[in-house]
Amino acid sequence: MSHAMSQTVSQARFAIGIDLGTTHCSLAYVDIAASDGENTQHGVLAIPQLTAPGTVEPAPLLPSFLYLPHSDELAAGDLGLPWSGAQDYAVGEFARVRGAQTPIRLVSSAKSWLCHAGVDRRGALLPSDAPPEVARVSPLEASTRYLAHLRQAWEHAHPDAPFAEQDITVTIPASFDPAARELTVEAARAAGYGPLTLLEEPQAALYSWIQTSAARWRKEVKPGDIILVVDVGGGTSDFSLIAVLEREGNLELHRVAVGEHILLGGDNMDLALAHGVARKLAEAGKTLDPWQMRALAYACRSAKEALLSPSAPESQPIVVPSRGSKLIGGSLRTELTQAEVKATLLEGFFPTVDAAARPVSRARGGLTQLGLPYAQDAGVTRHLAALLGRQSGATAELEGFAGRIDPNATFLHPTAVLFNGGVFKSDMLTERTLATLNTWLAAEGAAPARLLAGADMDLAVARGAAYYGYVRRGTGVRIRGGTARAYYVAIESSMPAIPGAEPPIQALCVAPFGMEEGVEVDLPLLQLGLVVGEAVHFRFFGSSVRRNDTVGTLLDFWQPDELQELGEIQATLPAEGRPAGEVVQVTLRAVATETGTLELTAVSAGSGEHWKIALDVRDKG
Amino acid sequence: MNQSPPNNLPVAQQQARLTFFRRLLIAWSAFITALFNPAFAAQVAAWKSGAAPVMTPVVPMPPVPAPVSVPTPTPPPMKELSNDAALLLLGLLQREARLIDFTQEDVRAYSDADVGAAARVVHEGCCKVLREHFTIAPLRTEAEGSRIRLEEGFDARAIRLTGNVVGKAPFQGSLSHRGWRATDVRLPQLSAAHDASVLAQAEVEL
Repeated sequence: MSHAMSQTVSQARFAIGIDLGTTHCSLAYVDIAASDGENTQHGVLAIPQLTAPGTVEPAPLLPSFLYLPHSDELAAGDLGLPWSGAQDYAVGEFARVRGAQTPIRLVSSAKSWLCHAGVDRRGALLPSDAPPEVARVSPLEASTRYLAHLRQAWEHAHPDAPFAEQDITVTIPASFDPAARELTVEAARAAGYGPLTLLEEPQAALYSWIQTSAARWRKEVKPGDIILVVDVGGGTSDFSLIAVLEREGNLELHRVAVGEHILLGGDNMDLALAHGVARKLAEAGKTLDPWQMRALAYACRSAKEALLSPSAPESQPIVVPSRGSKLIGGSLRTELTQAEVKATLLEGFFPTVDAAARPVSRARGGLTQLGLPYAQDAGVTRHLAALLGRQSGATAELEGFAGRIDPNATFLHPTAVLFNGGVFKSDMLTERTLATLNTWLAAEGAAPARLLAGADMDLAVARGAAYYGYVRRGTGVRIRGGTARAYYVAIESSMPAIPGAEPPIQALCVAPFGMEEGVEVDLPLLQLGLVVGEAVHFRFFGSSVRRNDTVGTLLDFWQPDELQELGEIQATLPAEGRPAGEVVQVTLRAVATETGTLELTAVSAGSGEHWKIALDVRDKG
Repeated sequence: MNQSPPNNLPVAQQQARLTFFRRLLIAWSAFITALFNPAFAAQVAAWKSGAAPVMTPVVPMPPVPAPVSVPTPTPPPMKELSNDAALLLLGLLQREARLIDFTQEDVRAYSDADVGAAARVVHEGCCKVLREHFTIAPLRTEAEGSRIRLEEGFDARAIRLTGNVVGKAPFQGSLSHRGWRATDVRLPQLSAAHDASVLAQAEVEL
C-alpha cells in the first residue's frame, strides 16, 4: 500500500487541493516541477459549470448545490457539459439559481448531512422535503457528484495530466468525526479519485497564509505563539488552535485543539438581515412572497458588504425586483441602515460577551432531529469562548510552553488570530471578533492577540490544501498534531443491575489523542467474543480534551462536556468459511491512516485475521 | 427603438422635455444598437465627427447587419457577425440586469424615485455582466484634458480626431476621452441545441 502510494506521489506533476465546502467548492493546484522551495507556481481552476439551461461558464467557485429536474422541465441538451451530455442533473450555479425557485428539487448543504450522525448518510434522503416522485439521493451521492464534477473539470482543462495521477488533498472541517471523514473518502473514491489525503480546513487556511507570506511567516510568528484560526464559511463555523514551537532551530506548528461542529455561517447572517427588512416592509403593509424573500436575501448580502466596509454610508438602498416583466412598477424599494446591520450582525452573531459566556442550548423538540442540527445559539463569540475555556490546558504538556502558561488563566490565551471564510471579508466583523478576544485577554493580564493579515477568504482553503500536497514532499513547514480527539467505546459496567435504571457504562480508550498518520495501536486488554454472522454494536465516544488517556484507559466517571457521543459503531464477522454461531475471540486495533481517517479493526486472537469495524452504522431504525 | 422623436415638436423643445431617465434609456438603446449594428455605429461616428446632420432620421435596422455603402470602387469585405453572441449578451443583460424589462417599460408613467429604484437593479446587474464577461481598460492612460502627441501611423481605429483636423502627423491635441478597449471577452459556451433568441424564458409557477 505505502509502496503504491509513493509511486503515485512521485509521478504527480501537480499537487491539487480541493475545498469541498458546504456552500461552495473550489480547486487549486501547485505545479510541483515548476516550483522551488517556498516559491511556488500555483493557480485556481476555473470550473466550467451550467449557469443557465444550455449555457456553460467557468468560475473559480462551484456552488455546492445539486438540482434534480423534472423530465419535462428542460430541453434536450440543456444539461450538457463540455465533457458529458448524459447526466440528468445539474450541479453548480444553475443548480443554485434554479433550485432557489423550486426548492423541492434542490439538494443543498450535503456536507452538513454527511456529518449528521442521526441519519443514514448512505440513504436516499435528499432533498429532505421532496415529494415522492422525485428520486432522492444520499448525502454521500451528492458529495460524490460535486467531487466528480471537479475531477472532470480538471481532466477537461489538463488532458495531459490525468487527475488520478496527481497528488490530491481534500479538505474537511476540523470538527468532522471519524465516520464523516471516512464517508468523504468514500465519496472521493466513488467520484473516480485515486489515493488522497484529508486535511482540516483551518490548517489549510494557515498553509495558504504561509504560502502567501512567502518566507515572511517565519518573522511574523515566534515560538510560544498560539494561533487561533477562526473559519466562518457559508454554513459552518470551525475553530482550530495551532501552537508554534521550536525544535532543533526550526519552527514547528502543532495543531493542539479543534472546536465542535457548529452549523452556523454567513447564510444565516444574510437571512437574518432579510427577515429584519421583511419585517420593516410588513409594517409598511407590503408582504413578500417566497420568491421575493430570496431576492431580498440576495440584495441584503450585497448591501451588507457595502455597509460593513470601513467608509460605509449610513444606509444602503435595497430594491426587491418584481418577478414579472414590469420592473419599474413592480419593484419594492426600502433601505438597510448601518445601525440595522450592526444590530443584527454584530450584536446577533458577534456579541461582545465575557470569556465566561457559553452558548445557550435549549432542549430540542422531538421533531427537530429530522432536519439538520443547526446551532441553537447564533453567537459566534460565545462558541469561541466555550472552545477557549474548554481547551485552557491544551498546551500544558507541549514542549517549550510549560513556563508560559498562567496558572490562573480560565481559558487558553491565543497570541495571534487568522480569519478565514467569506464572512470575514468584512473588516468590521474581524475587528469585533479580535476586540472581543482582546478584552478577554486584557481581563487576565495577557497581551493582545495580533491579526495575521493577508488571507484570501474565499479560496484560501483550496490553495492551502494544494500547498500542503506540495510541502508534504518535504519542501516546507508542516503542521503536526495527529487526531484531534481521543476515542472510546462504551462497555457495560459489571455492577449489579438496578431495576428501572440504565446499567452504568464505562468508557474504554481505543485510540489516544494526537495519533499521527501511520500509527497503529492495539488493545489487548479487551477480549470480545464475536458471534459469526451477527453484528455487535458499540456506543462510540470522542473527547477533545482528555489528552493523557492511553489505549486501555478505563473511565468510570467523566464530566458531561468531556466526552461527546458519536454515532454507533458496529463489528460484523462475515460468515464465509465459518460455521454460523461460532464464537471468535477478537481484540481491537486502531490505525490512523495516511489518508487521515481512523480505522478500527477487530483482530482474531488466534489467526491474526482482521475485520473492519464500520464507523457509521446504517439503518439506525 | 427610440431614435425617432415621440412627436413633431421642434428639436429644442424635445430636448427640454427629455428627463434624465429618458436620456438614460436612449443612451442604453444607442449603446446596444451601436454594439451590434455596425451600420448604426458608423452613422453615430459620422454624426459625432460632424459629417452628418444631427437630425438625420435613422432607418430601422434589419436584424442581420447590412453592409454600409462606402464611396470606394471596390468595397472592403464585411465581417459577418454571429447573432448568437449578440443574443447571448442581451440574454445576460436581461438575466442579471433586467435590461429588456427596463427598456420595454414606459417610464413616463412613473416618478423619478420609482425609475431610480429600478435603475439600481439595472445598474448593478450591468456592472456584473461587464465585470464577469469583459475586461475593459482605458485606451489611453493619460489624464483626460492633458496634451498628447500622436505619431504618424497612429491607429485610427482606436483614436478619433476631432475639431481642427488639418495638416499632417504628428498631431498635438488635448485628450477629451480616454477611450475604452475590451482586452478580454469571456462569453459562455452554448449547447448546440440552445435557442439564443429566447432572451428570457416565460415563467409558469405550478
